[in-house]
Amino acid sequence: MKTILKLTVITALLLSFTYVNAAETLNGAGATFPYPVYSAWAYDYSKIAGVQLNYQSIGSGGGVKQISARTVDFGASDAPLETAALLKDKLLQFPAVIGGVVPVVNIENIKTGQLKLDSDTLCKIFLGDIKYWDDAQIVKMNNGIKLSHSDITVVYRSDGSGTTAIFTDYLNATCPAWKEKVGSGKAVQFPVGIGGKGNEGVANYVQRTANSIGYVEFAYAKQNKLNHTQLKNAAGNFIEPSFESFEDAAATGDFDPKKDFYLWLTNAPGKDSWPIAGATFILLAKEKADTNKKVVKFFDWAFKNGDNKAKELVYVPLPALLKDKVRAYWKEKGIY
Amino acid sequence: MPLQYKKNPADVVFLTTTAIAAFSVIIFIIGIFYILVYESSPAIGRFGLKFLTSTEWNPVKESFGALTNIYGTILTTVLSLLIAIPVAIGIAIFVTEISPNFLKAPIGAAIELLAAIPSIIYGMWGLFTLSPIMSKYVEPFLKEITAGIPFVNILFKGTPMGIDILTASVILSIMIIPFTASIARDSFNLTPSIVKESAYAIGATRWEVVKNIVIPFSKLGVFGGIVLSLGRAIGETMAVAFVLGNNHRITTSLLDAAATITVTLANEFAEADNDIYLSSLFYLALVLFVMSFITLAIAKIFLIKAERKYSR
Repeated sequence: MKTILKLTVITALLLSFTYVNAAETLNGAGATFPYPVYSAWAYDYSKIAGVQLNYQSIGSGGGVKQISARTVDFGASDAPLETAALLKDKLLQFPAVIGGVVPVVNIENIKTGQLKLDSDTLCKIFLGDIKYWDDAQIVKMNNGIKLSHSDITVVYRSDGSGTTAIFTDYLNATCPAWKEKVGSGKAVQFPVGIGGKGNEGVANYVQRTANSIGYVEFAYAKQNKLNHTQLKNAAGNFIEPSFESFEDAAATGDFDPKKDFYLWLTNAPGKDSWPIAGATFILLAKEKADTNKKVVKFFDWAFKNGDNKAKELVYVPLPALLKDKVRAYWKEKGIY
Repeated sequence: MPLQYKKNPADVVFLTTTAIAAFSVIIFIIGIFYILVYESSPAIGRFGLKFLTSTEWNPVKESFGALTNIYGTILTTVLSLLIAIPVAIGIAIFVTEISPNFLKAPIGAAIELLAAIPSIIYGMWGLFTLSPIMSKYVEPFLKEITAGIPFVNILFKGTPMGIDILTASVILSIMIIPFTASIARDSFNLTPSIVKESAYAIGATRWEVVKNIVIPFSKLGVFGGIVLSLGRAIGETMAVAFVLGNNHRITTSLLDAAATITVTLANEFAEADNDIYLSSLFYLALVLFVMSFITLAIAKIFLIKAERKYSR
């Protein structure tokens, strides 16, 4: 009994200390994709500013729901909200960091970046219209590469995800048949293939299954050394996924502060742009000016000091021009 | 006239606390049921009972049906029970009747440990270890030996990828073995040793003793253990989510990906951002709730019937 009493007192003391420490805490929730970079930024920021960031990566849909219910200080979503939706829930929105999606393949004797695809072939593969790797359309694009007559296995994300939203938005925008048959969203009914849970599930299935193709986040493909493809972009050039091609997409994409930066960064017009990129967004509650200022201060700090950290973690920082646009947006809304 | 006595206050406290504990279960169940119905009412209003027979699961077109999920849930549950029950009973027979004494404790502990492993670990193990083994060795083998047999070969059509109903069922069966095994072991142990000894005395073999005395004597307990496993298998989520491929289609091959209700809920809940989508997920949860209720009720009826027969 005495030990229990002692333990209770000690725990109570410990808890009260953490309470004092946690006095300055920002609570955020949402997208899983930017979680590593937000937490890395938050760690550095807490050391200099003494403000803790408590970010729950519960998924983009959850982030929108939580900020709409005002249970968190900011929400995060990979899918931007349109102005009408923002007005309805009285929200503000700005981009925080850029990511992208890359098709990854597992074909014998094909090295990373060797296979060239365009939106039409990618669309037909994921629709199940192109069934074999030696399909005339693929062969035509890949002169000099030997492709065997083997079944294509398609791998997709089984759980709802921003990755799927960006990928299907790209197919939707470039391929009428896809738009008509499947559509875009965080979870869609894929006509063919098998679903892996999370980026790691897709990566694992692709690595294990011969002659397969899937899609994962750029960071994930790079860290796990998956074989990516080249893609033909809107300007008609074949592009490899890289920091530069993502930055180019972000720079040429038309982020409009008047539309609260609503933009799917797919099929960007730049001549070196990777076609399947996307920004991840932060959502703020309009009426909470004081907490918004604190959140904005954190992201402002991150924009100034966090680029290297972001790159270390294979995220693409916002281009300087876009950062200035975001700052102007903050100023206009009176939170900067 | 009944005997008058003063109620002991400790007794009253004891009575009320236990009664509260017991009734709280009923309140929880009713509360959960109410919330499920309340949250799913938009989907019920829109899809009605057609939800149960529709195979479409399309968030983009906001058209939802549960049949593929129900099908996957039932198929994986039945398959895993088929695999698990013989193994579990085998374990129980070995531990109680055959194994030397010094082996009983370690095997018993190992079984209970199997039950203590979190399901997410089974899932990861299934994805990284079991599923390559299934796709490289087990499934091609099954394909080969069933190739010539009509109807059976339909079950093993397609490319063996290790991410399918069969692999999921194998993992599920490993997860539910400890439940059936340890309860079967306990009920086997309850067989009066005097009966067994008499059987041995009149010259019965070990197999005959197990078959004619131990198993009939403890049928009820074993069945109870199976029901417990059934409940676990229907509701298991994470272990299955990693190896089932979440495919909303009805397939006849065990080497195809499928979806179960719980896996769909786990995969899609966080990102379901429009109301009808979320409501459909709640509807799906309601279907699972009713399904488990019905299966457990049927099992209970069987148990009661068997009990009556037995006591006669």
